[in-house]
Amino acid sequence: MTAAVARPGSDFFFRRPGLLTLIFLLPPLLWIGIVYLGSLFALLLQSFYSLDEFSGLVLHEFTLSTYGHLLEYSNFAILLRTVLMAAAVTIASAILAFPIAYYAARYARGWSKALFYLAVMMPLWSSYLVKVYAWKLILAKEGIVTWVANQLYLGWLLDAVLALPTVGGPSLSISYIGTFIVFVYIWLPYMILPTQAALERVPKTLIEASADLGATPGQTFRTVILPLALPGIVAGSIFTFSLTLGDYIIPQIIGNSRPFIGSTVYALQGTAGDIPLAAAFTVVPIVIMGIYLVVARRMGAFDAL
Amino acid sequence: MQNAVSFQHVSRHFGAVRAVDDVSLDIAEGEFFAMLGPSGSGKTTCLRLIAGFEQPTSGHIEIFGTTAEGLPPYRRNVNTVFQDYALFPHMTVGENVAYGLMIRGVARAEREAQAIEALKMVKLDGFQTRRPSQLSGGQRQRVALARALVNKPRVLLLDEPLGALDLKLREQMQDELKALQKQLGITFIFVTHDQGEALSMANRVAIFNEGKIVQAGAPSDVYERPRSRFVADFVGSANVLTPDFNARHGGEKTWASLRPEKIRLALPKEKLPTGWTSATGLVTSVSYQGAVTRIVITSEGNRIAAMVPARDLTTSEGDTLTFAWPRSAAVAMEDA
Amino acid sequence: MHSEHRAGIPLTLAAIGGLLFLHIPLMLIILYAFTTEEKSFQFPPPGYTTRWLSVAWYERPDIWQPLYLSFKVALIATAIALVFGTLAAAGLSRAKFFGKESISLLFILPIALPGIITGIALRSAFDIMGLPFSTWTIVLGHATFCIVVVYNNAVARFRRISGSMVEASMDLGADGFQTFRHVILPQIGSALLAGGMLAFALSFDEVIVTTFTAGTGVASKTLPIWMLDELIRPRQRPVTNVVAIFVMAVTFIPIVCAYYLTKDGEHTGGAGK
Repeated sequence: MTAAVARPGSDFFFRRPGLLTLIFLLPPLLWIGIVYLGSLFALLLQSFYSLDEFSGLVLHEFTLSTYGHLLEYSNFAILLRTVLMAAAVTIASAILAFPIAYYAARYARGWSKALFYLAVMMPLWSSYLVKVYAWKLILAKEGIVTWVANQLYLGWLLDAVLALPTVGGPSLSISYIGTFIVFVYIWLPYMILPTQAALERVPKTLIEASADLGATPGQTFRTVILPLALPGIVAGSIFTFSLTLGDYIIPQIIGNSRPFIGSTVYALQGTAGDIPLAAAFTVVPIVIMGIYLVVARRMGAFDAL
Repeated sequence: MQNAVSFQHVSRHFGAVRAVDDVSLDIAEGEFFAMLGPSGSGKTTCLRLIAGFEQPTSGHIEIFGTTAEGLPPYRRNVNTVFQDYALFPHMTVGENVAYGLMIRGVARAEREAQAIEALKMVKLDGFQTRRPSQLSGGQRQRVALARALVNKPRVLLLDEPLGALDLKLREQMQDELKALQKQLGITFIFVTHDQGEALSMANRVAIFNEGKIVQAGAPSDVYERPRSRFVADFVGSANVLTPDFNARHGGEKTWASLRPEKIRLALPKEKLPTGWTSATGLVTSVSYQGAVTRIVITSEGNRIAAMVPARDLTTSEGDTLTFAWPRSAAVAMEDA
Repeated sequence: MHSEHRAGIPLTLAAIGGLLFLHIPLMLIILYAFTTEEKSFQFPPPGYTTRWLSVAWYERPDIWQPLYLSFKVALIATAIALVFGTLAAAGLSRAKFFGKESISLLFILPIALPGIITGIALRSAFDIMGLPFSTWTIVLGHATFCIVVVYNNAVARFRRISGSMVEASMDLGADGFQTFRHVILPQIGSALLAGGMLAFALSFDEVIVTTFTAGTGVASKTLPIWMLDELIRPRQRPVTNVVAIFVMAVTFIPIVCAYYLTKDGEHTGGAGK
């Protein structure tokens, strides 16, 4: 009989499968629940306190006045600026990511597939700061973009772009355009991978069926491929949107030093010591991402993660 | 003789679903027993109750006289051949087969020798260093069989063992399984939804529907004398005669089954042998099936299929036809 | 008609263009490690030298402490993440109860919400509890998102181990522990290794959460924080590039390994940082 070897403890859990599941889940749940959610709630709680403007001390009394401050012109401009940037970055990433994802999913085979995959993973996982720094080299006034533009006798075009109101600036590294380019660059791989995963799951026969039913390649693309790739694109946009909303380092290194949500929060909790307002600011991305996740889940984006 | 497996009023409910509903059943030692039924009829759950993957909600199960409730699978001298084979992809064929022996602490040399022996039995000697992913479906099935048999179980459970194989391979495996069972003398219990498989392989068949056994018996018994319309229909698609039709043609006023191959076509005004009866109807379809031709006739509101030797065929769709059968071939059954 | 095995020229160009966009900046980092110009970002570099390699090695002792700290934090955070992430994936793969969906959502929350939120939340929690900043506060933050990375890798692999394989093992006489050792562990092993490597790479490179959970002292400076300081207040710019190349190498190797370990199955770390 096999029974001689089996341990009694195993029988105990065999009769109580739910208990074993609980034992597995409890430590990670406690970690995420206490360390992560606990901290998050502690933070949210502080957003209902306020800062005494004279003493600079936090008043531990329930108030909505901190949220009121969010709606002041300068603060509201920060929110608007960040959300617009996140939206622009997301759209641009989706457009840039699609050809790469489509090529990798449908045409790359064998070693070229591995190469494509690594080519996307490499920048995704290489040092974030290194990448931001690289763009400083590229976008600086004496940097590569200027040099290339001059070599191509396109210096006038660069100057024209920089002369644009709002988005322009003294050099690309000190303008919204620069911030935008770097955001797109840094988050692009997050868009490529889920889009590719979604496209991989489109069976070739569907494309053939569409062609068989008389659709031109363009129609097939619009009516079959794009709708099926959408959950992947939405999954990718969770990252591009969320990461842009919260980043504070990129605008600090490349940009015109107008504050985004991230840099504001950083400044408020640090030098200003206004934790309640910092907390209120973080509630905005949390709420936006909460809504975003609910919508994304409806669209089936979670299966594409 | 001792019962290999005994179910006494066993039920297994999943929430409101009664997967197995008050089943009582005895399977004798050395039997080749088939559990037949459509999907969701409870046959696989019964198998899993024997294996120990499920525990009964109520009732009592004995395996060779030992109470089985509460006993985990690894404390039962029962082994299973899984529908998807469930071979371990990270082990070679030899390691797969020797797995049960390794767990039991059999020395390496000894278990390797036994694994090779078991692989020989399923005609796969020389395959022990391959990976399951390098095998065909039929070969994987044999490995799964060897992996179970090497442990010398007293009961072997087979869950739709031939379901994934193509027709020719399936017929070959049917013969081999039958021979193997005879040779080893182990009790085989197998689950299938294929009535042909069940009838040709098993000594005894239990037919499941909606969690209950609706009929159990020898294959010929079940085939010839279905007890209900469900069984008649499921086992070999017998014709079901309405009580009115049956009464008009020399039977009782009950539902009756009539096997298509018992019917022959009659010449008009032919004198039938004693004990025979006949009816007339409209031919609605004629399909050639090699040795026989299948004719469907609509007669007095009954749809009746007949299998006739191909050479007798002189009829075509739209003809009016007289057909005859021995009265004894119409078997009365319950309305269910 | 669109040919089946060849991509059209516009698509190929767009794909290659996209990949170049991703890679040219990385190449420039390498190029600028060898420039003779140490103050500005002049292009093309006025001259080339390997001087900065030896400068980084001999003349900049301020690199070593952050390097050591980053290795230490990444190793500890990865170890914690391996245990907790695997438990979470194992538990959820077994779970049948209602609410399983919400729990799996909870486990991806730390990467779905911006890192700054994790950072400031942890910081204010430390403040409230009066916890002093230390290596352990950094580890606490890193482990939180590393758990998610390991979990993501492991959960995909658990999904591939069919329920019948576990049943087959038990059927063949193995109890729960033996089944785990002989059937489950060998099959999830490579996914765990891959998840662990990605977690290490992620922790080694993390800066956003770290700025909130590390103190201000020199002893609590991780390598990315050191780099951030160098970016804002540069001394010898090319030295930063030399360190950047080193960081790229340290993170690149585990990523390639992780890819080969999991390439038969799902993609790795698609839901990365």
